[in-house]
Amino acid sequence: MLKDITLGQYFPGNTVVHRLDPRAKILLVLAYIVFVFSIKNFVGYALLAAFTLACIFISQVPIRFVLKGLKPIVVFIVITGLFNLFLTDGEPIFTWWIFTVTKEGVGFAAFMILRLFFLILGTSLLTLTTSPIALTDGLEQLLSPFKKIGLPAHELAMMMTIALRFIPTLMEETDKIIKAQSARGADFESGNILRRAKAMVPILIPLFISAFRRADELATAMECRCYRGGENRTRLRELKLGKVDLGGVLAFLLLGIAVFGLNFWLGPSVGVR
Amino acid sequence: MHTDIITISQLCFQYHNEETGLDIPVLQGIDLTVKKGEFLAVLGHNGSGKSTLAKHLNAILTPTSGKVLVEGIDTADEKRLYDIRQRVGMVFQNPDNQMVANIVEEDVAFAPENLGVPRDEIRKRVDAALESVGMTKFKQHAPHMLSGGQKQRIAIAGVLAMQPDILVLDEPTAMLDPSGRKEIMQAIKRLNREQGMTVVLITHYMDEAVQADRVVVIDHGTIRMEGTPQAVFPKVKELKGLGLDTPQATELIYLLNQKGANLNPEILDSETCVAELLRNIEINR
Repeated sequence: MLKDITLGQYFPGNTVVHRLDPRAKILLVLAYIVFVFSIKNFVGYALLAAFTLACIFISQVPIRFVLKGLKPIVVFIVITGLFNLFLTDGEPIFTWWIFTVTKEGVGFAAFMILRLFFLILGTSLLTLTTSPIALTDGLEQLLSPFKKIGLPAHELAMMMTIALRFIPTLMEETDKIIKAQSARGADFESGNILRRAKAMVPILIPLFISAFRRADELATAMECRCYRGGENRTRLRELKLGKVDLGGVLAFLLLGIAVFGLNFWLGPSVGVR
Repeated sequence: MHTDIITISQLCFQYHNEETGLDIPVLQGIDLTVKKGEFLAVLGHNGSGKSTLAKHLNAILTPTSGKVLVEGIDTADEKRLYDIRQRVGMVFQNPDNQMVANIVEEDVAFAPENLGVPRDEIRKRVDAALESVGMTKFKQHAPHMLSGGQKQRIAIAGVLAMQPDILVLDEPTAMLDPSGRKEIMQAIKRLNREQGMTVVLITHYMDEAVQADRVVVIDHGTIRMEGTPQAVFPKVKELKGLGLDTPQATELIYLLNQKGANLNPEILDSETCVAELLRNIEINR
């Protein structure tokens, strides 16, 4: 049961979107986020929607996978929308009891919803089309200039790699412990929340002990394989910027010009600050 | 041609128990040499000090007193630490706790990456290491999808990628099922025979030690017996006294000889045992 969990939410493929260098992809997603928050009118969002849809289409990731990323934050989006709808000052459209909806409120609420929506969509597409390893590699390289000011880029990446490596192992272990404790009469399913939380203790303690033992053994094994931190380390896989990445950058450049151009020519829509 | 590759002289090791304040001796004056290209098995029951001995071979532990020389390098010399570790590859019991990456070939590449080997050379070493343990077609797999024996073969490949001269395996089959154990023993023997790899196998399985060129039995931190399997295993009584078993065939012959039979005691497997028994029957006809 626990074994069925997928690592991250990577959707394997070999499309142009998948083949983009992870560093380029991370930076492009950052640019995308800047665009999302810079757009000041609905025409801009229409353009962004078209661009995003095109990216999803090219990546061949089923649209429902992309939308699944929205699920955990739907409540958040709705609440943000409602607050902005009712609490924005301006020209009232109608009043009911203590609630007043203003023209500006409607506009601003729509904007906030759109921003959050596209923010999640863009970042989901990144994690859906980039394997965790590539993502880690990309982050390590992007962060390496900050080593000079003491940011442990290599160590962070190594920790991420090991964490990813041990998720399935520890899942399996948890499964085993649950079975072993159930066989000895432990009850994990009945009782109120407090009781169930208490029932987790006999699972967590052996799991923690074993995790520490594993960490100790892994450290020895890594030392045996001459691990000594990130200095002078070479890599099997090289990240190379290619034509695909140039294409991606150009596409985003055009999108950026269009977005800021539209902001300039059409001006902000109602309610946008 | 048989030069000494590891020389251990008067090796003592003790650790300090914080609770009782006592120094507990683990190894007490070990003298041992490992010859280039040989397959040495170190036998001993739990707590005999055999794993501690293994950890001295690549400077994970350093002697309290005495010396360990690996190709002439003293393991106590901290400046040469990585030279020693690169020369002596170490494989442990639990394959899961030796793997770093979640793709097989990335994991095998870990050691050469640490050594700063150029990229093309890493590629070559990874491919060669996977080839020599017969795991080439799994190179893009995730380790947690493999069987125990396969995982342990990846762990061996991960060490081979350092191009070590000596392979030390600390109970590599203890957590594996019988088919996994067979896979590992075959891989080890092939490396020893075909690539001339010096192998030190720490084990408590008799049937594995039987396959070695030379056996060393340790107990309470001292070497108690040493010699070829043919010389060591017929000493059934002594071995039992050290809490160890003998191969079944050897024990059968031993018991028959106790009852007055006159059989060759240097028998280690069932096939030669059967042949010896048949020969005896022929003679007595």
